[in-house]
Parts: sequence; structure tokens; C-alpha cells
Amino acid sequence: MNDLLLTGLLILIKLGMVLAVLLSMAAYLVLAERKILGRMQRRYGPNRVGFGGMLQPLADLIKLLTKEDFIPAQADKWLFMLAPGLAAVTALLAFAVVPFAPPLEIFGRQLPMVVCDLNVGILYFFGLSSLAVYGVALGGWASNSKYALLGALRAMGQMLSYELAMGLSIVPVILMARSFSLTEIVQAQASLPFALCNPVAFGIFFISALAESKRTPFDLPEAENELVAGYHTEYSGMRFGLFFVGEYLNLVVLGAIITSLFLGGWHGPLLPPIVWFLGKVLAVAFVFIWIRGTLPRLRYDQLMAFGWKILVPLALVNLLVTGGVLLWLGGAS
Amino acid sequence: MASLLFYLLAATALLATLLCITRRSPVHAVIFLINAFFALALMFYLLGAPLIAAWEVIVYAGAIMVLFLFVIMTLELSPDSQRPALSRGQWAPALLLFLLLLVSAGLILTFDPASQASVPLFYASPRSFGAALFDRYGLAVEIVSFQLLFAAAGAYYLGRRRKAHQAEESS
Repeated sequence: MNDLLLTGLLILIKLGMVLAVLLSMAAYLVLAERKILGRMQRRYGPNRVGFGGMLQPLADLIKLLTKEDFIPAQADKWLFMLAPGLAAVTALLAFAVVPFAPPLEIFGRQLPMVVCDLNVGILYFFGLSSLAVYGVALGGWASNSKYALLGALRAMGQMLSYELAMGLSIVPVILMARSFSLTEIVQAQASLPFALCNPVAFGIFFISALAESKRTPFDLPEAENELVAGYHTEYSGMRFGLFFVGEYLNLVVLGAIITSLFLGGWHGPLLPPIVWFLGKVLAVAFVFIWIRGTLPRLRYDQLMAFGWKILVPLALVNLLVTGGVLLWLGGAS
Repeated sequence: MASLLFYLLAATALLATLLCITRRSPVHAVIFLINAFFALALMFYLLGAPLIAAWEVIVYAGAIMVLFLFVIMTLELSPDSQRPALSRGQWAPALLLFLLLLVSAGLILTFDPASQASVPLFYASPRSFGAALFDRYGLAVEIVSFQLLFAAAGAYYLGRRRKAHQAEESS
């Protein structure tokens, strides 16, 4: 009984810590993005609240919570209220299968440093990332505004197209690791990260992840200069905040997934595993922000043509080549 | 515990499907259908087939339904654009099919063929599932995928833009 209690307590502590770290990382990524973009545009970025702007996320949160929660008169009320939650929850749940450190020995028992090690872990991530589009699509539709609807339509088309390339670029990784479980995929990269064995798959996955997170140069669903703010045009207060949090949570989760699939997860010399993991995730997030500060937006037909005519065929060829090489090396047992 | 969960999920799936076919707004109908798919996916998981559960969510709820939603939003099907006309030609076949379904469900429940068949073990792990799919049923999988390819090519052919034709007709 006591044993069971301790196990439950450990799991609860782990869940709480993961949640706290994830949410605060998302909040501080907003600040980091504003500051980095500011520096790239030769200005300071937010630096008034707290020391060097460190309390800015808190100020933003208070602002969002105290703002009026506005629902347009012709909106589909229930869907309008539900959609932002959907956007945030799918991003939050997707982190459950990401292993962030090797199993920890504590009180004489093994505590796996992953919320839930599913044997179809990578498919679970896929399922949630394909559901993430509903938050955007339903939010845009329920607003009953043409800008929001156009944003939602763009988001749906974009995410359907790039999910295919994303899925195809993961197959070589699964072939090399011979498992769907993210923990086993990370363990298979103990000596060499997959980004070095298969840079094409890494490139395709990175670009698709960028499109999946609806960030520049793929931010057409919320293109400010044509669609006002796209799918969240009609949202205000914390409902808008949830879309925002969802976007940055997605950034963290995609960084974590890229880290586990291609960058060797927690593996690395000298430093403790968790530091390596966090460092890699933040590095990926930094590159995402860097890209936002550098690249212009694509046109919609360019986006579709790039996805279907370049990324998908390239991913298929890469899959064929990887499979052939693995067979040639005698991996077929 | 498992049977309780099963009945809960089954009730959810039934209710969601029922709501799906009675909603006037097509977007709401799609949302309830997604709900039903989720209940089904969880049922697969309960049966010890996590891989099929994952595919159910990714393919049906995540891809096909998004496509449905996309088409509905592009066509802007509003609730009042199609009034339901309850003619005999519409509800008579529906009633017939419903009776057929009821009778076959009753027959299945009485004879219970599922209790005699053993559940194949390959549902459980992705590896053995893949091996069974491409080894034991390899030919069937190939035939089905070719059919899908033909269907895609056919759809593309039917939906192509007839520029040359239209130019001829208008001139």
C-alpha cells in the first residue's frame, strides 16, 4: 500500500514538474522571441517589466486575463468558446510521449523520464498534431468572419499537405531505429544522431514542422497584411491567449520531437542528459525564431507546389533509398 | 473495468453518430462524427490494438475529416441551403436498411461467432502487425493499394480542367 502510494506520488510530482516546465518554457519563449526579433531588427524588445523584461510574460498574462472576453453576435457560441482550448490541449498532450532523460533511479525504483512510453509513441504525436488543426479550423469557422474563415481554410489546406511530407520523412527514422517508441528511437542514436545519418529526412521534417507550427515563412493562416490576424481575428482576452500559448507550446513540442527523432535526444558528452535535452530543444526553438526574423512569407500556390511537388516526392525517394541501404547493410532479419 | 469502459465508449459512439446524422449544420455533423471516431479508436485500444487505434485517429479523425471540413467550408453549406425533403423514396430505403441491420445484428448476437474465433496475436505490437500485413497478406495489400492508385488517377482524370474542349465549344 505504502509502495503504491509512493509510486503514485512520484508520478504526480513528475507530471506537475513537466507541466510547470512546459508552460513556463512556452511563456518565456514568447519573451525570447520578442527579444531576439528585437535584436535582429536593431531594437531592444520588451525591457521595462522586471529586470531586463523578465516579468513581461506575467504582465501579458494579467493583461489577457483582465481583458473583455468578447463573442461576436453571429458566432457559433459553443465552438467559438471550445476552439482555443483544443488548440492548446493538443499541443500540451503531444509532449506526453517525449523522453527527456534516461530513466532515473529513485528510492530504489526505476522512474522513466517520460510521461507515457507508448509503443506507438510517434504515431500518438502524429495523431495529436493532425488534431491540432481542428482548433484553428473550428475557431476560424465559428467566428463567422470572412478573414477568420479564410485563415482557417488556409490552415487546413496547409496542414493536410505538409503532414504527408512530415509522415513520410519520419518513416526512414523508424526504419533505422526499428521502433515506433520515442524512447527506443533516442536510444538508437546513442552513437550517431539521425540528422547526420539521414540529413534529407531531417531537412524535410524540419520544413514540415515549420509549416505545421504555422510560422514564417508558412504563416499564411494568420498573414497580418492580408487577413488581419487570420483565424483568431475575432478572439480577444484569454481565448486569444490560449491560441497564443498553444502556438508556443507547439514550438516547444516540435523542438522536443525534432530533438528526439534527429538530434539524439538526451545523448551528449560531459553535461547531464537533461541539460543536453533542454539545450537542444532551445536551440531548435532559436532557429525557428531566427527563420521568422529572416525569411519572407511564401505565396499560397508556392506553398502548395513546394509541399506536393518537391517535399513529398523527395521524401518518397529518400524512403526508398534508406530502405535499400538498410537492406544492403543486412538489416533484414 | 474494461467492460464498463467498453459500454461507455459504445454509448458515446452511438450517441455521436446519431447526433451526426440529425444535425442541420454540416460542420456540427462532422464534429460529432469525429467524436464517434475517437470512441472507436479507444475501443480498438481497449481490444489491445494500439496501432489500429492510432491509425484510426490519424487517418480518419485527423486527415479524412479535415478534408470533409475543408470541402464543407469551401462550399459554404449553410444549414438552410438544403431543406430535408421527407419523401417516400427517401425514407423507405432507409427503413429497409435499418430493418436489415437490426435483423443481422440480432443474428450475430444469437450465434456469437466472435467467441469461437481467436483474436490474432499480431494486433498487439507494431512489429508483428507489420510483418503479418506485408508477409501473410502481402498480395491483398498490394492489390488494394493498386486499386487506390487507379481510383486516384481516375478522380484526377474526371476532375481535370478541359481547356481545349471548352475553347472549342465556345468558339
